Amino acid sequence: MKISPSKLISLLFFVFSGYYLYTAYQIQVFAFDENAPFNAKTFPIYLGFVGLVFSSLYIILPEANPTNVDLKVLDYRKTIGLVILMILYGLTILRAGYFLSTSIFLVASYIILGERKWIWIFILSFPFVAIFMYLLHGLLNIYLRDPFLKYIGIMG
Amino acid sequence: MIEGILIGLETALSFKNLMMVMIGCFAGTIIGMLPGLGPMTAIALMIPITYGFDPSTGLILMAGVYYGAVFGGSTSSILINAPGVPGTVATSFDGYPMAQQGKAGKALAIAAYSSFAGGTISAIFLLIAAPSLSLVSLSFRSPDYFGLMILGLTAVAAFSSKGNFLKAMMMVVLGLMLASVGQDTLSDIPRFTFDNMNLSDGISFVLVVMATFAMSEALTIIFKANDPTKAAKQISLSQLGSIKLDKDETKKMVTTIPRSSLLGFIIGVLPGAGATIASFLAYGMERNFVNDEEKQKFGKGSVNGIAAPETANNAACSGSFVPLLTLGIPGSGTTAVMLGALLGFGIQPGPRLYQTNPEIFWSVIMSMYIGMVVLLILNLPLIPYIARVLATPRTFLIPLILFFSLTGVYLMSFNNFDIYMMIGIAVVATILRLYDFPMPPLILAFVLGGLMEENLRRSLLISDGSWSFMWDRPLTIVIMLTIIFILGWQIYKSFFKKKL
Repeated sequence: MKISPSKLISLLFFVFSGYYLYTAYQIQVFAFDENAPFNAKTFPIYLGFVGLVFSSLYIILPEANPTNVDLKVLDYRKTIGLVILMILYGLTILRAGYFLSTSIFLVASYIILGERKWIWIFILSFPFVAIFMYLLHGLLNIYLRDPFLKYIGIMG
Repeated sequence: MIEGILIGLETALSFKNLMMVMIGCFAGTIIGMLPGLGPMTAIALMIPITYGFDPSTGLILMAGVYYGAVFGGSTSSILINAPGVPGTVATSFDGYPMAQQGKAGKALAIAAYSSFAGGTISAIFLLIAAPSLSLVSLSFRSPDYFGLMILGLTAVAAFSSKGNFLKAMMMVVLGLMLASVGQDTLSDIPRFTFDNMNLSDGISFVLVVMATFAMSEALTIIFKANDPTKAAKQISLSQLGSIKLDKDETKKMVTTIPRSSLLGFIIGVLPGAGATIASFLAYGMERNFVNDEEKQKFGKGSVNGIAAPETANNAACSGSFVPLLTLGIPGSGTTAVMLGALLGFGIQPGPRLYQTNPEIFWSVIMSMYIGMVVLLILNLPLIPYIARVLATPRTFLIPLILFFSLTGVYLMSFNNFDIYMMIGIAVVATILRLYDFPMPPLILAFVLGGLMEENLRRSLLISDGSWSFMWDRPLTIVIMLTIIFILGWQIYKSFFKKKL
């Protein structure tokens, strides 16, 4: 039996709603609130049930307009590359600082997407981030912690 | 009211706010012009910047971005037949054929003048309607608000689902579930935090908007191997032709604009309908109004065919502010983003906003009008230059969108947990988008989640746990019956009636 991707997503949403509902029941409320008409878990419990109803309706009822996606034309390599790059950015931003991690993130993402105009790659990374940081820092008074710039004595 | 208008004018015309309108219109035009990136993305990208401003200035900037994005959307519709936003699809029916006849400048001018006129007329409607509706909505009670919120969510799901109503409703539920993460507002009991301190304050609104719009739109463009700027490279953006209109063309616009403005405004006020439906309806209505000779020109570069949808989509933008400013309930995804931003400023829009923060209420209305003037006198002559942004390679465009999204979220919390969460939500949103699960209902639900729970709590406590509050008052009954009708009809239509 073949299941359409939309129904599969709905099935996952059904499981997710079930888990959400289970977790909603586990919410610890104050003893005096336990039998109140409304407490911290009332709304989540309703939501869990509504989620189960809508997802099961989608699974059970026939699809009049199924969404067809040609999976062969999707660019997995570049998309996954960008996602990994963003995760690496998250890992480095606190250690390497905003300037270095953001500039390297930009350079790497231009290259992943196939850009090879090196002058523009450079302009739209290190100097661009520096100007952006100056605008945030100088004009909007938003402090960006940057251990690297602090180490080389540019930022206080 | 005169006093309010003067307060609004004084605030909106301050140097700082005037600059913000200009920057907003300019930035909005550029972002809205890029196919795939609509007003929601444009506003989302602006939110982190606005937190450094006072509420009026922040909101004025966002209103400018909104109008700029709608105007920018029509530019790409006309020039490259790639509407930047759904609300400008109808503009491409006649705008693109006119551009192909070498009259792109004229088509852009018709779009700009119509947008200006539609926006101006509807701003006057808003000026009249909003205070009166504010007074009426003071009589609304918690059950009515709860019902109105469900109605808004159901209507947005119905209109944005493209025949997949249940998918949209699942997104509504997902949005409400995301909103329930964090401490309960009344008892401070942690919910769905899994003992993680980063989740105790809930999920940031900016994070969800950035992830589901800016970031997931950028990832979708790469994933689907689309190049939104490809068509722009094939046309000459410097030779757009004259932007001057002759007497006959002006005469045609004069008859089209008032009726399309009225229609657009009314459609905009209705929850969920918005600019897209308004522009299509106005296009259809105009086709029925004109004589047979003019009717033949529709689809081949008709002046009325450009003026009607452009007037209506701008009028609908103003109209969509009515439920936001008077009830505190957004009727569309874009106004939901604005509500989220307002809540971030600590302002609760609603009937009392008119009395408690008149400078915000009126300055937003006034800045809408100023925004229209800016679009007309600043953006129209600059279009040949602004349009060059359409030729920006996606190899630079996508990383820059990701950069602004990541920075926006990092600036909110200065921790990397939010970055990981945003990436996770964006990846899920990209997959969901691929299979036509719409994102606007999710955002609207996320914004309304807290308010909905609050109103349900009050309603249930007042009625001592009984659900009879749903049929205690005639107004609540009408709202509930409308919801049942929409739900029933949409489920029937989605599954038992093939799309024509």
